[in-house]
Amino acid sequence: MIDPLSVFLMLLGAATPILFASLGELVAERAGVLNLGVEGMMICGALAGFAAAHASGSPALGFLAAAVGGTAISLIFAGLSQYLLTNQVATGLALTLFGLGLTAMFGKPYEGTKAPSMPMGPLGLNWMIWLGLIAVPLVWWFLNRSRAGLVLRAVGENHDAAHALGYPVRRIRVLAIAFGGAMAGLGGAYISIATVLQWTEGMTAGAGWIALAIVVFSRWDPRGALAGAWLFGGVTVLQLRLQAAGVSVPVQLLSMAPYLATILVLVLISAQQKFGRSAGGAAPGSLGRPFHALR
Amino acid sequence: MTEVFRAIGLGKSYPGVRANDDVSFAVSAGEIHALLGENGAGKSTLVKMIYGLVRPDDGQMQLSGAEYLPADPRAARAAGVAMVFQHFSLFDALTVAENIALGMENPPPRRELSRRIAQTSSDYGLPLNPNRRVATLSAGERQRVEILRCLLQSPRLLIMDEPTSVLTPQEAEILFATLRKLAGTGTAILYISHKLEEIRSHCDSATILRHGKVVNTVTPRDHSARALAAMMVGAEMRTVDRSNRQAGAPVLEVSHLSLDAPTAEGTRLQDISLELRAGEILGVGGVAGNGQEELLSALSGEALSPAGTVLLEGQDLSRKGPETRRQAGLLAAPEDRLGHAAVPEFSLTENTLLTGANRQGLVRRGLIDPGAARRFAEAVITAFDVRTPGPGTAAGALSGGNLQKFVIGREVLGKPRVLVVNQPTWGVDAGAAAAIRQSLLDLARGGAGVIVISQDLDELLELSDRFAALNDGRLSPPRATEGLTIEEIGLMLGGAHGMEVAHVEA
Repeated sequence: MIDPLSVFLMLLGAATPILFASLGELVAERAGVLNLGVEGMMICGALAGFAAAHASGSPALGFLAAAVGGTAISLIFAGLSQYLLTNQVATGLALTLFGLGLTAMFGKPYEGTKAPSMPMGPLGLNWMIWLGLIAVPLVWWFLNRSRAGLVLRAVGENHDAAHALGYPVRRIRVLAIAFGGAMAGLGGAYISIATVLQWTEGMTAGAGWIALAIVVFSRWDPRGALAGAWLFGGVTVLQLRLQAAGVSVPVQLLSMAPYLATILVLVLISAQQKFGRSAGGAAPGSLGRPFHALR
Repeated sequence: MTEVFRAIGLGKSYPGVRANDDVSFAVSAGEIHALLGENGAGKSTLVKMIYGLVRPDDGQMQLSGAEYLPADPRAARAAGVAMVFQHFSLFDALTVAENIALGMENPPPRRELSRRIAQTSSDYGLPLNPNRRVATLSAGERQRVEILRCLLQSPRLLIMDEPTSVLTPQEAEILFATLRKLAGTGTAILYISHKLEEIRSHCDSATILRHGKVVNTVTPRDHSARALAAMMVGAEMRTVDRSNRQAGAPVLEVSHLSLDAPTAEGTRLQDISLELRAGEILGVGGVAGNGQEELLSALSGEALSPAGTVLLEGQDLSRKGPETRRQAGLLAAPEDRLGHAAVPEFSLTENTLLTGANRQGLVRRGLIDPGAARRFAEAVITAFDVRTPGPGTAAGALSGGNLQKFVIGREVLGKPRVLVVNQPTWGVDAGAAAAIRQSLLDLARGGAGVIVISQDLDELLELSDRFAALNDGRLSPPRATEGLTIEEIGLMLGGAHGMEVAHVEA
């Protein structure tokens, strides 16, 4: 039968990659940057992390390499979107395609090899799960209580005003994009190092897109991102259990369930925003708009 | 008085425009010093240099006698210079306290900051709740946030960029009381505006800019508004010339036009009839929201009306859309420049296509003729003295007055049979307003019929041959403007609505 506690513990694991990626994207979007390249940054992190962990035998070094790899590819996006003022949507999509293609090529030698095993932390949960859970209040505190977070939100809300007050809009956005890249990289590496334990082409399987959806779902609040990641993780685990239990529903439908749930929740949220009273929780005012200062 | 700020020979160029040239002036402690000039005269560039947003090409600045060249606004704030912006400086989604903290170099912890906001706001009589989100505040309250943000830093020099343009007259009075109080404590205030009366009654001295150069520094009280305006716009200032016009045959007939309100907030047009003759200007006055926009839409073709209600030279256009009406010679320039009359992100050339595509032959075989469009844009720019680097500039980058000149010019050069304009000179400085009014008169002299919808009664009296009042969607029978007094007009407008005589800026 399905035991609630074990489902919850598994849910934490299934939610972790998306939690990392969505927290990173959330910070970038709060700074006014819409980076649709999350999937690409995740897959780069997944390969970089797996390769480093495989070579060194240390999962910790693997995650470090994943963060570096995710940051590196995110800086391509930063350079294009912030300095050359390219369209953010198109650039983000290109980044995803680029990441998928790049990793498919460089990942070939790693196919069929195995990752070193993850050391366990308290409660039988590995350290990355704990790190993800700790990141939620940290990001919340940073955004809502720290001076730097206030400046970051200001930049995302109205970049002209932030510039007029003398804040370095572009530099802040580049840093936010880099943070998003590092977090996406960690999330991707969690899939290759801690979940699947091997490298397969395109193994993030849309997790980056789910993370993007969860940022909207969360209304740009880290606590909401946690809830969204758990919802998605929960449905994922549940459908796996149902498959294992041999429920007479086609496997394809069950596999679809997490994505369907995400779409459903997004529809409900936008319906609520459209028809209900919606004071708070709106998207950052300058989200996705390029910034150019005349000096 | 001790000198706080001095500019010596400041200059700044942008591609195609010399924004500031050899600008020198000084502001003393406790003085309210006005910076006066038309739109595009270089006021904004000048204050941006003082606030560290723009780096001067040449010249220097001094703050309390010491060399001063801020690298960015934070350096300017650290040196004791604060600025209240015309727009662009508040964050809607953030609270009052957060907005204020963002404008300070080293804000105190949140509780301490809230306490100081409450303290300072009561000291200056500017009540504000630090925890309100800025999105929920009125224009006057928003400005209070900006002023408080400056006051909390005890600035030596406070720059105010057209602060009263968003305020009601009552709010403006409160603002001036605050500024007086602040000047009394020894702060120097640099006050940018093109509202002459305001400057005459409240400012101690004024530096007048024209085309980026200092024309004169005067004591505004000693000069009439007219004299100041003349300095501001130079020799171009002229009274409009109404001579040589004759009403001809009727060109536009509107009969018994009734239209339901387009939106819940809109106004229902009720049984509107009018007859416009060639060479005639008909003024339509009224308090905002009495059907002005609806009337313009019904004439321009954005709203269709029952057959037989709108006739241009006998041709029934009631059921035709805007493009057909344009082809027939009925053109319109709506009130809202950005978003209705022009697309802010489009270049001026592209904006000419919006209404001139067919009338000017800017489209050939279904394809845009870029050369023709650019030439037409250049023609408008030249004919209407639109100050811009060129036709490739985005409409949104032009100042309000310059864009208005462009929008009106685009229609006037379209050689309309009938032109309908709504608020043609709203938010436009004196020089540009005079140019726009003259162009409407010239158009009428050339034999076109013109309908001017405006809330500026002086403008209507100056321009129109006949005057009609729009009141709750009904149009009064037009009366000859000659001999009409403001009191009579007040009665036509329904009296009780209490429309105040427009504040004319020159």
